[in-house]
Amino acid sequence: MNIGIKIFYAAISVVVATVYGLTLGGIVRKMYARVHGRYGPPVWQLFLDIIKNHGKRVGISHGIMYYLGPVFRLAGGLGTYLFIPVIYGSVVFSNFSVAGDLLLVMYFIFFGQLGMALGAGEGGHPYSPIGIARGLAQMTTFEVPFSLAVIAVAIQYQTLNITTIVAAQQGSFLNWTLFTNPFAVIAAMISLLGMNMHSPFSIVLAPQEIPIGPPIEMNSSFLATLQTNRGLFTAAKLVLFMNLFFGGATNIFIMIAKTFLIYLSSVIVGASFPRFRPEQSMRFFLKWPTIIGIISIVFIAYF
Amino acid sequence: MEKKDINEIEKKMKLANEGLPEKERILFSDVRPSTVGPLNKHLEQFVNWVRARSLWLLAFGTGCGAMELRPLMTSRFDMSRFGIAPRPTPRQASVFVIGGYASIKTIKRIVRSYEQMQGPKFVLALGSCTINGGMYYDSYNTINRLDYYIPVDVYIAGCMPRPEALIAGFNRLKEKIQAGECDGMNKYVENFDWYKKNQKQIIKDWNMPDYNW
Amino acid sequence: MEQILKRIKEKIEIEPVTKQKSDLYFITVAKEHIELILSYLKDYEGFTHLAFLQAVDYLEDNKFQLTYMLYNYNIKVNLGIKVFINREKSEMTSIHKLWSHAWQYQRELHELFGIDFPDSPRVHESFVLEGWEEIPPMRRDFDTLEYSERTYYKRPGRSTNDPQKYMKEKLYKNYVEAPKIRRDND
Repeated sequence: MNIGIKIFYAAISVVVATVYGLTLGGIVRKMYARVHGRYGPPVWQLFLDIIKNHGKRVGISHGIMYYLGPVFRLAGGLGTYLFIPVIYGSVVFSNFSVAGDLLLVMYFIFFGQLGMALGAGEGGHPYSPIGIARGLAQMTTFEVPFSLAVIAVAIQYQTLNITTIVAAQQGSFLNWTLFTNPFAVIAAMISLLGMNMHSPFSIVLAPQEIPIGPPIEMNSSFLATLQTNRGLFTAAKLVLFMNLFFGGATNIFIMIAKTFLIYLSSVIVGASFPRFRPEQSMRFFLKWPTIIGIISIVFIAYF
Repeated sequence: MEKKDINEIEKKMKLANEGLPEKERILFSDVRPSTVGPLNKHLEQFVNWVRARSLWLLAFGTGCGAMELRPLMTSRFDMSRFGIAPRPTPRQASVFVIGGYASIKTIKRIVRSYEQMQGPKFVLALGSCTINGGMYYDSYNTINRLDYYIPVDVYIAGCMPRPEALIAGFNRLKEKIQAGECDGMNKYVENFDWYKKNQKQIIKDWNMPDYNW
Repeated sequence: MEQILKRIKEKIEIEPVTKQKSDLYFITVAKEHIELILSYLKDYEGFTHLAFLQAVDYLEDNKFQLTYMLYNYNIKVNLGIKVFINREKSEMTSIHKLWSHAWQYQRELHELFGIDFPDSPRVHESFVLEGWEEIPPMRRDFDTLEYSERTYYKRPGRSTNDPQKYMKEKLYKNYVEAPKIRRDND
């Protein structure tokens, strides 16, 4: 296919994913508000926030790396998203999945946070390195069960290509990894809780103790870029999990239904549990999810 | 024009930063703030409409009035339905709620935080103390009129105003923003020397740069 | 409590002793004896808690009165120890060695009343007022209204109402004053 058309399709897909991710964020805020007994902000509040931040008249900068921080973060989100086939068999939503595999996507999940660390460090505020340190430490620990689950999946399907993994799960819902390899799915879903940074693992962004964490010095358009990335990155992660463990999607409605349910699991946990301290969350990730992840590899390799 | 004159004019354009010790002056910016005009007409109208619906207030309780913000955040009054959310850092906030009396020690921090906020920024003065000193009109330690130190957009009278009054104040602020009447940021820059004179008159140990970028 | 006071009386002069309530006593000691009496009360009589240390300005007598408020957890009694010091040359022995938190009170007293406590840690740092240049503001010869009008811009149009009169005018127009009862000895 012509590369120009492919880029055009990928752009459409990115816009759809960003809008979807931000709307999802709005819905989740509303759900949290209802749990608190509040009316809650409108669903489109996140869009208004982004437009407002872009519309700020002044934006203070601290140097070149400060500019590059949000750019790296957005590049991380884009990179994660662009190498995942969103809808199986669709031309528009297949992105560049032929060019990269699962390991590249996993690298991009980490990449954004590292870029953010460089950018926020130059802001010079003492709280942003604390947020970064907590974020990277927590990220390293939840990557462990996730990597183990991915290794189990790779052993199971004998490939790292996401499209092939999705293709192998088609047919009946009993072909999903959820039923063929349940231990890997459990380990990965627990690490998704950490990835989404909802309540038990939200210490990275702790708004009270270390005001808002890494993006504390970010303002105006820088912050708007980070917010846009948050929408895109959420969508990318959910689509990746849907592809790996829940049989992918053949049209956009199935995609929306499945990703919404996957996200709902971490919202339910987030609305019902208080927050872990950093060392508690790290110990948690290195204990049970890791053991389940190892069991999943043993299970798939020998049984 | 001679070169000497140009140098002198350039010197006037820079801030003196006299409160800082000599060796620290190089660490801080000495650029004067400048006014930033609005966008073109229709775009500005649209952005103002959005600004009115996404008010992020600085979670800095400057006096007893900050107590009224807590019920506003929680379920009874729930300010998030108006798009109002607390932000813990001045860099991201756009509304500064001055909660009641401001002592000299606090006004120093208020000025600092206000200057660090990114424009357009709005100030909501809460309680009688910010209008004419309220019950502290004869106190040696609290200011009487807030608008001599930072530009104020909306006053809410009362001691204390109830959260309902605060919501009414926020709605008034929204109307003003939407009509494009809140230009406190440019007003502050235009009357910069007058504001600085007033601030320095009461803050005796001025040990920060003249403008906190 | 009476026994404790009796025991103190044997050692130093503590007159006058006032009994405000069953659990609140005040004694007055001389300036030189303060460290002695406080350490005695703390170590032997169980007054282990320094609740506060504050000052009162007696402008007419040219004196400051310091009150050390102690509390005994065993017999649940407050005991205030009053000391009068000279207003012009106001200086007092520091007690931060007996109660380490006393330095904060002493720093506050130094700033607001101008009472000096030599050897007390950080006593000359500013506490609430940063860069204060006038006489200490809690001294009664400091005119706070005059200072406020001189320093902070007064907004014109301020008016005050006497609540009783104002409410009678606005709310209770038909208010009839209660008839005065004549008594014989009027």
